[in-house]
Amino acid sequence: MKILTEHIDVPNIDTIDVFMKHGGYSAVKKAIKKMTPDEVTEEVKKSGLRGRGGAGFPVGMKWSFLAKPEGVPRYLVCNADESEPGTFKDHYLMWKSPHTLIEGMIVSSFALGANTSYIYVRGELMYVINILEKAIQEAYDKGLLGKNILGSGYDLDLFVQPGGGAYICGEETALLESLEGKRGNPRNKPPFPAVKGLWQCPTVVNNVESIAATSWIVNNGGDAYAAIGVGRSTGTKLISASGHIKKPGVYEIPLGITVEDFIYSDEWCGGIRDGHKLKAVVAGGSSVPILPAELILTTAAGEKRLMTYESLSDGGFISGTMLGSGGFVVMDETACIVHNTLTFAKFYHHESCGQCSPCREGTGWMDKVLNRIEHGQGRKEDIDLLVDVAKKIEGNTICPLGDAASWPVAAAIRHFRDEFEWHIEHPELATKPGAVFMRKGASWTK
Amino acid sequence: MSKIVFPAETLELVKKIIARYPEGKQKSAILPILHLAQAEWKWCSPEVMDYVATLMDISPIEVYEVASFYTMFHLEPVGEHVIEYCRTGPCCLMGGVEVYDHLKKRLNIITGETTKDGKFTIKEVECLAACGWGPVFQIREKYYMHLTNEKVDEIIDELSK
Repeated sequence: MKILTEHIDVPNIDTIDVFMKHGGYSAVKKAIKKMTPDEVTEEVKKSGLRGRGGAGFPVGMKWSFLAKPEGVPRYLVCNADESEPGTFKDHYLMWKSPHTLIEGMIVSSFALGANTSYIYVRGELMYVINILEKAIQEAYDKGLLGKNILGSGYDLDLFVQPGGGAYICGEETALLESLEGKRGNPRNKPPFPAVKGLWQCPTVVNNVESIAATSWIVNNGGDAYAAIGVGRSTGTKLISASGHIKKPGVYEIPLGITVEDFIYSDEWCGGIRDGHKLKAVVAGGSSVPILPAELILTTAAGEKRLMTYESLSDGGFISGTMLGSGGFVVMDETACIVHNTLTFAKFYHHESCGQCSPCREGTGWMDKVLNRIEHGQGRKEDIDLLVDVAKKIEGNTICPLGDAASWPVAAAIRHFRDEFEWHIEHPELATKPGAVFMRKGASWTK
Repeated sequence: MSKIVFPAETLELVKKIIARYPEGKQKSAILPILHLAQAEWKWCSPEVMDYVATLMDISPIEVYEVASFYTMFHLEPVGEHVIEYCRTGPCCLMGGVEVYDHLKKRLNIITGETTKDGKFTIKEVECLAACGWGPVFQIREKYYMHLTNEKVDEIIDELSK
């Protein structure tokens, strides 16, 4: 079942004529000519579509919070600042099929009553920005954007805004600050963007994949979308698969397949690279807890784990993780958990905006301590120190970057404490090039 | 450096960019215009940033504080080709550390330095959202993916011509 990527490999699908030949922009025609904005919102609500950027908040509900005072413009801003390590699905979708996002932007803007919308793309993806701008021009030329779209009286202007290289701008209020031409410091909430967002006007910020899915929902109905998936995990999800698998790439899966199938089936990752064994997975982008092989394949209760929001989080942070952004990083027995945790800790240290002390100081502290463990200068008390620092960042910051920084460190220690201890107790072994700790009796130990 | 002024066609583009935002909100154009400025002058010198401020009718400090927040803007002179390699987890899993070491050896500089001939600068960046295609580095707008030592050599050879 493919919704977003059905035609992604069709040659020239990035051009509007080919895109329209494959049914593209039919949702715009249907929504604008045959439906009211409230009817579109109603279908999105019925679909159960959840925010695909990582938080998983129901999209229809987010839309329904949008304030609609008379005479005040409302904005839709697409969050295409994809920067969470392990995640590259939005990059792929916009690069291959820009019109899929633009069609969704028109449908969603119509539903929200926005007459100006922005796609905020991370600045490093300048080549994708050029692709999007060319596609937007094509849509203007066909009368699908601009004044009086398809003779309906509805006007919409769509612009692409480049970022400047800052992970924090994926946080929606930091993104809005950035779009206003400021440093990307997250805002205190409330007020929420739905009430005071871009230039203090009511604003909805949605991820690329969420917005792209709305076209299919308009065409096929919210019920049809909700029929895909399991429970509250409806529809399809783009998963960015990377690491030690045979076939890294972006896969659109119906939510609800088993994790085991996703890793080992030839339809998806194709299994672990030859001659190696699964050691651990970071299932939803760098911020979610890492899980060892046995806990990613089955829950602590012994049930097969599914690719759904609920199943991946089964067991809470004791034995579970999160679907997050769908950044699925697979590690075999050659991966050093200490080194990988250090790369993530460095990332959050670098990307902390510096507003809140626990995050600004704590991320640097974790980076420093992990760095000395990795380089054979760890101290006995360092492991507990890391746990303590992580705990003191979590929940004590304006935005979720603090949590995102603390979870991977805490989880790596929770599930691979012996590996950290080995680094501290045997620095002479641990610092040899390519040396990796082998846990006795573990499924991945050779 | 000659007088800092965009060519006429870039100035047209600047006008169009400012028109994307409501009246009085022209400050939103800082990032797009800084990108244009860096493409023109390689790096964002104080003089370049002052010029960018005049285009939006804002004070220079507003440009400095933005340019210094975002990692893409070079606040020091750089070489002709800036190689920005991704050092985050997934690229490391794919052998990034070895490939980047090779790059540094090949150019005989460390991260943050520029070769003596002014041809190459190496910078370390965070995740470039290309994890499944790693190791990855970026030179200007172009992504170079699935890097190996051999590929790095080919790229450097090509750019050294």
